[in-house]
Amino acid sequence: MENTNIRKELVVSAIENGTVIDHIPTKSVFRVVKMLNLELCDEKVTIGYNLESKKYGKKGIIKVSDHYFKDIDANKISLVAPSATLITIKNFQVVSKRQVEIPDNIEQFVKCVNPNCITNHQQITTKFQVIDKLDLKLQCKYCEKITGKNNIEIN
Amino acid sequence: MKNRSLVSINDYTKEEYLKILDLAEEFEKQPKQNLLEKYVVATLFFEPSTRTRLSFESAASQLGAKVIGFSDATNSSVSKGESLKDTIMTVANYSDIIVMRHPREGSARFASEVSKVPIINAGDGGNQHPTQCLLDMYSIRKTQGNLDNLNVAFVGDLKYGRTVHSLVMAMCNFQTTFHLVSPIELKLPSYVKMHIKNNNLNYFQYTDLMDVMETADIIYMTRIQRERFSDPIEYEKVKNAYILSADMLTNCKPNMRILHPLPRVNEITVDVDSTNQAYYFKQALNGVYVRQALLASILGVK
Repeated sequence: MENTNIRKELVVSAIENGTVIDHIPTKSVFRVVKMLNLELCDEKVTIGYNLESKKYGKKGIIKVSDHYFKDIDANKISLVAPSATLITIKNFQVVSKRQVEIPDNIEQFVKCVNPNCITNHQQITTKFQVIDKLDLKLQCKYCEKITGKNNIEIN
Repeated sequence: MKNRSLVSINDYTKEEYLKILDLAEEFEKQPKQNLLEKYVVATLFFEPSTRTRLSFESAASQLGAKVIGFSDATNSSVSKGESLKDTIMTVANYSDIIVMRHPREGSARFASEVSKVPIINAGDGGNQHPTQCLLDMYSIRKTQGNLDNLNVAFVGDLKYGRTVHSLVMAMCNFQTTFHLVSPIELKLPSYVKMHIKNNNLNYFQYTDLMDVMETADIIYMTRIQRERFSDPIEYEKVKNAYILSADMLTNCKPNMRILHPLPRVNEITVDVDSTNQAYYFKQALNGVYVRQALLASILGVK
């Protein structure tokens, strides 16, 4: 009986090929899931949160089989989980590991907080300059208003 | 500055806007010149603003340019649902420069990205109105002889007034001391005050207009709008506290001048109009020269 339990846990933890998003702040896990549209993903997805972490106390983790994230996804993740690491797995081996990084400029995917911004009324790709990376602040290149971490909406 | 759009006052350096002011002085001496005879200026006013539009059209006409455009989006293709991008790209085919006002913030920056001809922002919602800022600076320099080391008082709605924000930021280049007079609810936003601090300049905040009367070289008046107050009682309390009348001017400096972006409602009483301090109508006229200077510089004829 005990043996089967151990086996089960191994099956859940390890992936053969795919990506592990590690060191997500526990509270942001489902935000990351939603942002990356993982609920619509057909591959095997494991989501863990409130897991022990030596560095952060508690952390969240998302494992996605047979899926590799693009730069734009890494940029999205960086906005809600700047501490996250992206680990690429091939054949059960870690082939690359990198911490996500908040870019200097952001195009697409973030909605401007200003309801009167032209980007919220016409088909225009949003553009922001990141003016504060620690206390996340994005300045719209069009209306010049600032979208902060508390009102950031990511599509 | 040739072929460069003017969307935000920050698009130009201090040297560049001083050059515009110098050129505006030339046009003040001789406003009618056939410099733009071969050019077509488009004025696209997606929301009405008679004063700004006429000022631009007068500026262009006096330099011999042809003016095309619309004064209200309701009688243009916009009312049929045309996108801003399509309108701008079409009009850019018909003109050498586009002056535009639009109710949405950021519209002018977007237009400058899709247009093959330069754009002059004549106001994009509550965001920027750089030509107003330039004509304010022109008026300050004209009345005080220079822009440096002045005591400039801003009075009224300092929270929502975009002209105030832009002018404060621009005047930070000239060692200005700022005197900010407003009801508590309508104080200057902290990001603008930070900008003053970052330039190692001083600002002082007041709730009583009389407190600045003896120190100010410039009093820049703005209108307090009822709709800015969440509590109507608060509005009733302050609405008469920021009205400037002639009897208040007894102890002002002789060089002090009163500016106002206009239209005024009741914040400057009519008896001020005939004092030496009143400058707001001349200020509006200065707008024509500053706009002539901009059109001529951007079209590359000066």
